[in-house]
Amino acid sequence: MTFRLTLAAALLGGTAALAQQTDLTIAIQLEPPHLDPTSAAAGAIDSVLYSNVFEGLTRFTGDGAIVPALARTWEISDDGLTYTFHLAEGVVFHDGTTFDAEDVKFSLDRARAEDSTNAQKALFSDIAEVTVIDPATVELTLNAPNGNLLFNLAWGDAVMVAPESIEDIQQTPIGTGPFKFDEWRKGDSVRLVQNADYWGDAPHLTEATFKFISDPTAAFAAMMAQDIDVFSGYPAPENLPQFQGDPRFQVLLGSSEGETILAMNNKQPPFDDPRVREAVAHAIDRQAIIDGAMFGLGTPIGTHFAPHNPDYVDLTGLSPHDPDRARMLLVDAGYAEGFKTTLKLPPPSYARRGGEIIAAQLRNVGIEAEITNLEWAQWLEEVFKGKGYGLTIVSHTEPLDIGIYARPDYYFQYDSQEFRALMTTLNATTDPAARSDMLAEAQTLIARDYVNGFLFQLAFPTVADARIEGLWVNQPTQANPLAQVRWTQ
Amino acid sequence: MLAYLTRRLISLVLSLAVASAVIFLVVEVAPGDPASYMLGINAQPETLAALRQELGLDLPKWQRYLAWTTGMLSGDFGMSYTYRAPVSEIIGERLWISLPLALFALTLAVLLAFPAGLIAAATRGRAPDLGVMAFSQLGVAIPNFWFAMLLVLGFAITWRIFPSGGFPGWEDPLQAIRALTLPAVALALPQAAILARVLRSSLIDALGEDYIRTARAKGLTRTQTLWRHGVRNALIPVLTIIGLQFSFLIAGGIIIEQVFYLPGLGRLIFQAISQRDLIVVESTVMLLVFAVILVNFLTDLAYALADPRLRHR
Repeated sequence: MTFRLTLAAALLGGTAALAQQTDLTIAIQLEPPHLDPTSAAAGAIDSVLYSNVFEGLTRFTGDGAIVPALARTWEISDDGLTYTFHLAEGVVFHDGTTFDAEDVKFSLDRARAEDSTNAQKALFSDIAEVTVIDPATVELTLNAPNGNLLFNLAWGDAVMVAPESIEDIQQTPIGTGPFKFDEWRKGDSVRLVQNADYWGDAPHLTEATFKFISDPTAAFAAMMAQDIDVFSGYPAPENLPQFQGDPRFQVLLGSSEGETILAMNNKQPPFDDPRVREAVAHAIDRQAIIDGAMFGLGTPIGTHFAPHNPDYVDLTGLSPHDPDRARMLLVDAGYAEGFKTTLKLPPPSYARRGGEIIAAQLRNVGIEAEITNLEWAQWLEEVFKGKGYGLTIVSHTEPLDIGIYARPDYYFQYDSQEFRALMTTLNATTDPAARSDMLAEAQTLIARDYVNGFLFQLAFPTVADARIEGLWVNQPTQANPLAQVRWTQ
Repeated sequence: MLAYLTRRLISLVLSLAVASAVIFLVVEVAPGDPASYMLGINAQPETLAALRQELGLDLPKWQRYLAWTTGMLSGDFGMSYTYRAPVSEIIGERLWISLPLALFALTLAVLLAFPAGLIAAATRGRAPDLGVMAFSQLGVAIPNFWFAMLLVLGFAITWRIFPSGGFPGWEDPLQAIRALTLPAVALALPQAAILARVLRSSLIDALGEDYIRTARAKGLTRTQTLWRHGVRNALIPVLTIIGLQFSFLIAGGIIIEQVFYLPGLGRLIFQAISQRDLIVVESTVMLLVFAVILVNFLTDLAYALADPRLRHR
């Protein structure tokens, strides 16, 4: 009897909800380890909190543009060394304390401090000083001009926090955003509620619950049973057609910032020979990898740059699938008989499934790649830190991260004076047209040097209830901003 | 009985001490640095050093071992590296799911297995027995995660009677039990099958003993003999199995927890291992060792109750 009553109640609740639903249950794959975006690399933290609970001086929009956030306007001095930000007024943190220029100074000084545990500390390395002019104005002085500053300040690692709430930020995040943190059931969900005192436009939703479901089968079941309304970053591309064919759902096929590459150890023979790297590049059939490992989702790339970025140059023509050419290059390089190497794979399916296909393609031109599967922690230790590998597959998910090719000690060990000089000039340039040209040059340079095998841009599929609108399709940064999200019925 | 208890207790404490050393060594030997896992591939070397210092990872291993074990004695399991919350709190939250789930599953298993095993033993070789045997064979053979998926397909997606997964918390006990029902059924089925088979063969053995013939000869009916002499003597192996099953169910439901995205102990360990949250792995495994040893201890006590002869050994 009780059971019947519950059923009836659930049904009644269901009809009421149809009338004006203002709560949302959204699933993502990974749970954040804690809730401080300024002291961990875990993208899951930003997936829940970015632009919902925390805001920065600037922010990313869904199409990747940088727009004002807590800084409403700014002036840049002619030498590019001084940025004056004018802050939004009347902003309060969720605990009731006021947000002003002192908080900006606190947040930025904390991120760049000596004992800082900010995972992207390099974003702030050009800042020499943060000066409070008055409560609504703050001035940033730089060591050198940095054309990326406004972009850097939009990252989740650069959001504004307050000294009053910093102690407990990892368990109780206090920001200025349109949603307040309400509850975290570890292992299950994080609940956010509408911030009634929000300084900007009030969000449509009154409540949002983020659930964490990593198992593809469980993800499918939860979506099909409509226990969740949205799955952002749906983990099982193989059943997307089923959702596409079901009028209850919509499928958003977006792009992420993840350049997926077959990284080569540029200082380890035989990959120190550009001809060998070029041979590897020609041995790869990108479309076969996308079809076989990603069920057709993903855009081929010819360099380390996101295709949806306006500055992208399509360089896939430099490395078409051409096994004969690859074999010839190997003969030229003195490897007529081919060679043996290692292919170390981290856990994601793009690497594990893609690795099998790539190993077969390499075998076709005479390269024997011995596959080793690694956990992330092992991969970081062995491959990333220890550089003990020949080949590896990994997706670089940070936005606009071509700068990693200017670090000779980075795990693929690309050492080019020319590229480093180019990056230094780029950083010092603020003129958009000149920057665009330099980015094109940088992309071409690494593609012509065949630094890595450039495979594809990782797709980002979202499955949602058909009645929901306002979701981000692409992931210019890992985030699910909910301020614009609403139910249409 | 007192001597028996003392001996059992001493072996319990010794096992725990050895286990703590083994666990610590094995976990610390695994390659991978918690700090670089947490800060990712763009972290600066000095940032990593700062985090290692904050987590206490820069201390020598023996110091960390001592701190960990002495802490546990006073109930302090340390702070999780990744969650940045007390390990005891994290484990406590998970236990509120894993323990009720294990009890729920075990109760279901026992409720299913006892009648089935009794009927099978009482009707040995005839139709009911063959039926029970066939079903239990199936129960042992079906992987529980596959059975779980079938349950989800039927009860969550098609009929929408139970949720497909997740756990809403105990504030609303009815919803909590609803959320645990499908996982409990999926876990219980194979356990019930094993239990029914063990009970049946153990009963059949007991029923062949001389004292059964004596009991029948002194005038007890078949049913009376079965209950008073058969079942009681057949219980020992069954209790052993139940003890083992309970320890398995507490953390062994990891695949089921994955299928139903339940935040239980099994998934906690799995996540902690991949994130190199060493202190959580160590403390959780230690707790499980403690649970297994404790369950064995209680099983020993139950033997003593079921079989008076054991009390004097």
